[in-house]
Amino acid sequence: MSEKGMNLTLRIWRQKDSNAKGQMVDYKVTEISEHMSFLEMMDVLNEQLVAKGEEPVAFDHDCREGICGMCSMYINGEAHGPDRGVTTCQLHMRMFKDGDTITIEPFRAAAFPVIKDLVVDRTSFDRIQHAGGYISVNTSGNTQDANALPISKHAADEAMDAATCIGCGACVATCKNSSAMLFVGAKVSQYALLPQGQVEAADRVKNMVAQMDLEGFGNCTNTGACEIECPKGISLENIARMNRELMKANI
Amino acid sequence: MGGFFKSSIGRKVAMALSAFFLMVFLLQHFAINLLSVFNPDLFNEVSHFMGTNPLVQFALQPVLIFGVVFHFIMGFVLEIKNKKAQGVAYVKNNGAANSTWMSRNMIWSGAAILAFIVLHFIDFWIPEINTKYIQGDWSGTLEGVEGFRYYEELTHKFVSPIRVGAYVLAFVFLALHLLHGFTSAFQSVGATAGRKKTLQNIGKAYSIIIPLGFIFIALYHHFNH
Repeated sequence: MSEKGMNLTLRIWRQKDSNAKGQMVDYKVTEISEHMSFLEMMDVLNEQLVAKGEEPVAFDHDCREGICGMCSMYINGEAHGPDRGVTTCQLHMRMFKDGDTITIEPFRAAAFPVIKDLVVDRTSFDRIQHAGGYISVNTSGNTQDANALPISKHAADEAMDAATCIGCGACVATCKNSSAMLFVGAKVSQYALLPQGQVEAADRVKNMVAQMDLEGFGNCTNTGACEIECPKGISLENIARMNRELMKANI
Repeated sequence: MGGFFKSSIGRKVAMALSAFFLMVFLLQHFAINLLSVFNPDLFNEVSHFMGTNPLVQFALQPVLIFGVVFHFIMGFVLEIKNKKAQGVAYVKNNGAANSTWMSRNMIWSGAAILAFIVLHFIDFWIPEINTKYIQGDWSGTLEGVEGFRYYEELTHKFVSPIRVGAYVLAFVFLALHLLHGFTSAFQSVGATAGRKKTLQNIGKAYSIIIPLGFIFIALYHHFNH
């Protein structure tokens, strides 16, 4: 890429508030460096808009290190854009070419209503977590020795893999059914694999699945799109495990 | 347990269980049809047994009808619910980037198979029911045909090229449906752990060999009549 950088057309969903009717609006940005992250490119656009006295594009972001799960955006028809295993803050402009038109939309799902522009309300995930994504232990000054509970390396690794879910919602945004099963599957699995999670195992899976259904997420049809688009590579096996856990809890 | 089948996961398990039943049924249906190519007499014997045995007629047949109807109704119900869960549609959505065409179009391949089954009912099942249950003819014979009538009726059905063409097309849709459905059913009941690759391979073989076999039988009778 030359020193001059890229000239891009951005086709962005603008929506004033949750009740307003939104629409796609085109913007031009110039001299975008290929080393910029996608969010930095959005910052450049917003600087331009502010300088012109226009309303900047609202988008979610926080750590910009790929770990908080806050940044979202559906870029060119894919959650977090065309790269694999990354959040939008870790998506770099080198993935695009000079002259490209980039379509940017909010994550879509009935359970993720738009608040403004590209910002969606993902508190439905919080309510699913509240329904059972925890263990009840006394933490008041009586910490156990780390190795008091023997856990196999295999189980520990799988639980850790499930626990890497950052709850960004890319699975829901990508799913043609707006299903939250990869997220809930990961949260159920991370405890189901460990002895600490066994006491509340049956209630946990029942309550979390019930809350997921109540929030209006769709039914999984195993397309596997979520696994591909997940920035943390959460495996479909977590959904299968949740299915087993729910069957077990009901028998 | 009642609550289980009302939940999203319970429904998907129910969908998978009916799919398993239908896949086993398809396998035995294929095995019997294949006999018509290699041994018409045995095909007649087995067909007469299936058509007149009380256990098959009064136990398995109702279960089969229930399985078919349940799988279709549930499929459409879930599709409608999922559309509702989606809310506003994307302006640009690159589905091919992360999933197969088959997995995204189960409702359409399913609808095509349903259309075929409706034709199959009109073409085969209703006349069978008429002969046996209304006219009371359980003999399995037909005037002017030596022995049982089943082989003669089967070959007669594959004379018309239009009918054979529709038949072939239906089984192409069946293959597409199975290419996603086979492993999907195992995933739904949580049975993929550690054997995903094996299941995918068996799924691929089943989804291609069985429909291709049905197509072969149709073409064989069409060109050998």
